[in-house]
Amino acid sequence: MKKVLEGSMAISDSIRMAEPKVISAYPITPQTHIVEHLSQMVADGDLKAEYVMVESEHSAASVVLGASACGVRTYTATAAQGLLYMEEVIYNIAGMRLPVVLTVANRAVSAPISIWNDMQDSMALRDSGAIQLVAENNQEAYDMHIQAYKIAENPNVMLPVMVCVDGFVLTHTFEVVETIDHIEKVREYLPPLNMEYTLDINNPFSFGTVGEPSVYIETRFRLSNAINNSKSVIVDAANDYREMFGKYEGALIDPYKMDDADTVIVAMGSVLGTIKDVVDELRESGKKIGVLKIRSFRPFPADEITDALKNIKNAIIIEKAVSLGKGGILSCEIRDALYQHRINSVNVNGYIMGLGGRDITPKNIYDLIIKAEKQEDVDGEFYGLNNELLNKVF
Amino acid sequence: MLTNILTKEDTHKQLFTMGHTGCSGCAQSMAVKLIMEVLGKNTIATSATGCLEVFSTKFPESSWNIPWIHSLFENSAAVASGIEAALQITGKKEGVTVLSQAGDGGTADIGLQALSGMFERGHDVLYVCYDNGAYMNTGYQRSGLTPYDSFTTTSPSGKISFGNNRPKKYMPEIAMAHKIPYTAVASTGYPIDLQKKVKKTLSIKGPKYLQIDVPCVPGWKYEPRYSVKIAQLAVQSGLYPLFEAEYGKVVSVKKISKRVPVEEYLKLQGRFKHLFKNEAGKAEIEKIQKIADENIEQFGLL
Repeated sequence: MKKVLEGSMAISDSIRMAEPKVISAYPITPQTHIVEHLSQMVADGDLKAEYVMVESEHSAASVVLGASACGVRTYTATAAQGLLYMEEVIYNIAGMRLPVVLTVANRAVSAPISIWNDMQDSMALRDSGAIQLVAENNQEAYDMHIQAYKIAENPNVMLPVMVCVDGFVLTHTFEVVETIDHIEKVREYLPPLNMEYTLDINNPFSFGTVGEPSVYIETRFRLSNAINNSKSVIVDAANDYREMFGKYEGALIDPYKMDDADTVIVAMGSVLGTIKDVVDELRESGKKIGVLKIRSFRPFPADEITDALKNIKNAIIIEKAVSLGKGGILSCEIRDALYQHRINSVNVNGYIMGLGGRDITPKNIYDLIIKAEKQEDVDGEFYGLNNELLNKVF
Repeated sequence: MLTNILTKEDTHKQLFTMGHTGCSGCAQSMAVKLIMEVLGKNTIATSATGCLEVFSTKFPESSWNIPWIHSLFENSAAVASGIEAALQITGKKEGVTVLSQAGDGGTADIGLQALSGMFERGHDVLYVCYDNGAYMNTGYQRSGLTPYDSFTTTSPSGKISFGNNRPKKYMPEIAMAHKIPYTAVASTGYPIDLQKKVKKTLSIKGPKYLQIDVPCVPGWKYEPRYSVKIAQLAVQSGLYPLFEAEYGKVVSVKKISKRVPVEEYLKLQGRFKHLFKNEAGKAEIEKIQKIADENIEQFGLL
């Protein structure tokens, strides 16, 4: 059924369809609407789950960790400082191979404090072992959460999946979303969670034991393999979803108008909408330009990205995050992927922009395209700075 | 006459078995055994990071014959909350005890927030704080439950210091302030009293807090054979009052049967030996005696 839904409503509705048994969250802007809707569903009996109202994000993640270890499906959501506060637990959940699904309503990190959107929060957890998928719009946010459970709970994966959704831009914006009418179809796509090892009084196991130097590195190697091998599971989850529900927004990546393109803009999340509008216009005027959407940031689809970019001239990478002391994160990883395949014919132009909710406008994107055609290799340049503010004392 | 000598086979059948790497004389491992004897096999346990977790679960070995999970240092109570929630929603809670465990640091310092949340939300969880008065697992550093004038490696006694210069945080009163159904303080010096309290928790729904005094051989610096004796002297001197409280009100106390001066308790332990060197130390011992006297008066221990 087609509905006009706020991003948060779309997400909470798809979580309802996935039927988690334990939900735990701590309020933080811009995640709040998601968990408010879920609380209401529990209060109305529309979702039969325990909603545990915790005193912190650290405990929210710990509650779903404990519940997940009992073999039940779980959900949590957070943003920014909340995610950083959870970080220790997310690493732990990944290390214990528990299929927790969480939404990150992407938001800038402090200081200065900002409630507005960028991706510095989820990027900080890129090495945690959690799978990171990034949604472009509300429809994809809806579909991606159901796929997230399918991926997380695959016996060969068994990892937390973080669904990244741009705060405010998606969470607080209304769009047309086509929802699934029958929960039975979701149950068919997403069978009940069946974990091999759980906290069960009839079959006792010890979880989270001490890993001495003689065993530790092997557990991390297996974790590394699990997330690397989840690529095919992510692809299958997207294909199966298309087959069952007729919706497809890409799997690991999603190329847009890339055939014959000389210049390609690479990005993640809601900014892709603006980029695609610009590209549509330029295509009409005959410019050979395309878009590459990165849908899975972890596992990082290095081979797929290389394959998509290897024949182009200019790659423009737009990212709403920065690795302080290095520069771009996505641009660095794309450069690494190209280098690994010994491709040095692509000019990689990496820009850091949109931090703390600064709008990325069509005009900005036109400008970047012109710049890219004139110059070679920009690495993690801050774009769109107000020079007047740079020398001011705050 | 000894009637209950356990064979090796018997101990392997226990829910918390032999073979762990706890120190000789470790009172914490004694407490765990006593608790598990009462709770039985229908128990799911969490442990915070700390001695117990390290000495009982060196992969691939584990001393736990019940489902057990360790996550992090500060979240034992939150993980237990999640387990309880999962059992409730799946209809598996009836007849199952969720046991959440941590040391004094994991309880009263870094884990206090998660514990307060678990109390306030009313989870049906038995929380046990094994109180050995310092961060023993990392090498005897001071915690909020380190007693007054105790030497620890981060509150050492020195030329101008008698060690820890703050009184022990009164954690049971913090638990009681949450008006939870049951709070109790027990000691490995009195195993029957301890087990009686654990048994009582089985009949109470909601959050239960049990704090147990567990002397620590290397941290307190005494001979292993004194573990039980020192725990008893803590109670008999009035320094570790044993009591029960329901919904924030004290309902019973374990009376002191043979009162001893605090000196008897202090002198057996290396962590207090600096108090026995000079007159100034004597004055400090008087201050500790005052703490015991106040406990005796407050709880009516005589």
